[in-house]
Amino acid sequence: MIASWPCPGPHGQSEEYAFAFDRGRMVRLLIVPALFDEANRTRRMLVDTMRLLDEAGVDSFLPDLPGCNESLQDFSAQSLHAWQRAMTQAARHFGATDVLAVRGGALVFPHTLPGLVLEPAKGGSILRQLLRARVISAREAGRQEDSAALLEAGRSEGLELAGWHCGASLIAGLESATAQIEGQRIVSQSELGGGGLWLRAEPAAAPEQSAALAQIVLAEIAT
Amino acid sequence: MSDTESDTDSTLRAILSDVLGLSTDRVAAFDASTGLFGDLPELDSMAVAGLLTEIEDRLDVVIEDDEVDGELLESYGNLLAFLEGKVAEKA
Repeated sequence: MIASWPCPGPHGQSEEYAFAFDRGRMVRLLIVPALFDEANRTRRMLVDTMRLLDEAGVDSFLPDLPGCNESLQDFSAQSLHAWQRAMTQAARHFGATDVLAVRGGALVFPHTLPGLVLEPAKGGSILRQLLRARVISAREAGRQEDSAALLEAGRSEGLELAGWHCGASLIAGLESATAQIEGQRIVSQSELGGGGLWLRAEPAAAPEQSAALAQIVLAEIAT
Repeated sequence: MSDTESDTDSTLRAILSDVLGLSTDRVAAFDASTGLFGDLPELDSMAVAGLLTEIEDRLDVVIEDDEVDGELLESYGNLLAFLEGKVAEKA
């Protein structure tokens, strides 16, 4: 259930964590999580999907992005490029045959692998939402902040957004990033039924969505 | 205009149902005075940002930073009236 993988970082190799079902089977699915808070909100749904895939004979791996969850790396040193390199390294280490990227994970997944992308998000939308959260919480605290000015500062000095200390390269990368989808099947939320869990104010399980996603993954990787 | 207004109303209820994880029945019972930000502890600044971004996507409107204040999010009626105005401007 708990696996580790060697990941390149600014200070050399570091060990990173992955939640895994690995029984050495032929089909091995790498799951690239959503970015920022969306990763927490969708995690339970994805882990339940992994359990169902395990029962259906498919191995799956959900690695941490460096700087997130259990990672010892510094979040502020991360960039989309670093995350993409890390996910490519994780795919190689686990011998992934297929990939499932979720939301912002579509900006950093190893797109040479066949597989699926669930509701890909644009970097610009993710950044806009984080900036908006910062402006709203500043206003609650009685301070006036401006998205455009924050973004300008963030591009050169980095920026704290919703508790995440984003480096300048992450901010700059998010601004223009779009998913590079090369033949992977795009799964829309409507196929899972119910609302997207990344929208939820609080993380939650959604067994019906996990079951629907597992069925879609199985149908796709069998073909 | 009543069609547009009811479309905006039902879209907003659907988004709140997704964000708050409430059943459609619970959200259907919201009226103009139902409190939002402040009354619903799960609506923190990150959730509000997600809510507004989703509203922009689904209603195809743009909400400016300076339009977002405590009053806008105080009640369901205030938020709906603001969005109906946005949708009408667009038409």
